[in-house]
Amino acid sequence: MFVVAAIAVLIALGLAVIRAIAGPTVFDRMVAANAVGNGAILLLAVVGFLTGRPEFLDLGILYALLNIVGTLAVLKFFRFGSLGHRGGEEPKA
Amino acid sequence: MEAFINMVLLTMMAASVVALVRMRNLFAVVILFSVYSFLMASVLVVLDAPDVAMTEAAVGSGVSTVLFLAALYLTKTEEAQPRHSPLLPMFVAVVVGAALVYGTYDMPPFGAADTPVNTHVGAQYPGRTPAEIDIPNVVSAVLASYRGFDTLGEVLVVFTAAIGVLLLLRRNKRRPGDASEEAGPDRAGMED
Repeated sequence: MFVVAAIAVLIALGLAVIRAIAGPTVFDRMVAANAVGNGAILLLAVVGFLTGRPEFLDLGILYALLNIVGTLAVLKFFRFGSLGHRGGEEPKA
Repeated sequence: MEAFINMVLLTMMAASVVALVRMRNLFAVVILFSVYSFLMASVLVVLDAPDVAMTEAAVGSGVSTVLFLAALYLTKTEEAQPRHSPLLPMFVAVVVGAALVYGTYDMPPFGAADTPVNTHVGAQYPGRTPAEIDIPNVVSAVLASYRGFDTLGEVLVVFTAAIGVLLLLRRNKRRPGDASEEAGPDRAGMED
């Protein structure tokens, strides 16, 4: 059962990676990167149970927190940095 | 099964690296770095090294993304076209990669028990630690005592890096006082 779950997670990861590579806009890539992070969490859990050592399940929390940090950083850059344009005045408008 | 998972993950990593190299939009490159780092962390988890995977996820995917974005803020987001042909660097990279792959053929099989790593002093540490040092954590004993010089070198590297960062930051802070009139729109945009 865990084998099937692992294969399913791998397929989901592969689709997310394809979107991250192909994605025409940066937002596509960002959502795909977030999905890859989620897939990494799921893979961590599945591999833990697959090998009979689920003690590392807590690492998933760390992955989730880091995923949020990365996504928030990218979004904040978009809102305030505005892609090479020296921003800073936008939020006041 | 684990080998299969690793093969799939490594294939994805190779695909994302090829995309990374071909991409000119640095913003997408930063995001793909994060993807690559999460895939690498997954590979390390499958290889049964969750501590390294944790470091990889924290540094590669968390901190690096933020630092790259901060650096991106100071530059353009489009990479300049290279002025020289990529053939020579590619040739060098292929030759070095082939040499490294050739070198792996002399390495012992993965996880072999009769290698120097496993037959030397490594196996004695758990038994010797309570008698010689008497700390409950064997990893701490190895890092702080048995491999003390190695750790000293690492601390030196980190210390040097911290001094360098502090010097850079100090110079940046002094600049507004020196030339306050020419720091117009640039600095106004930097303050967040």
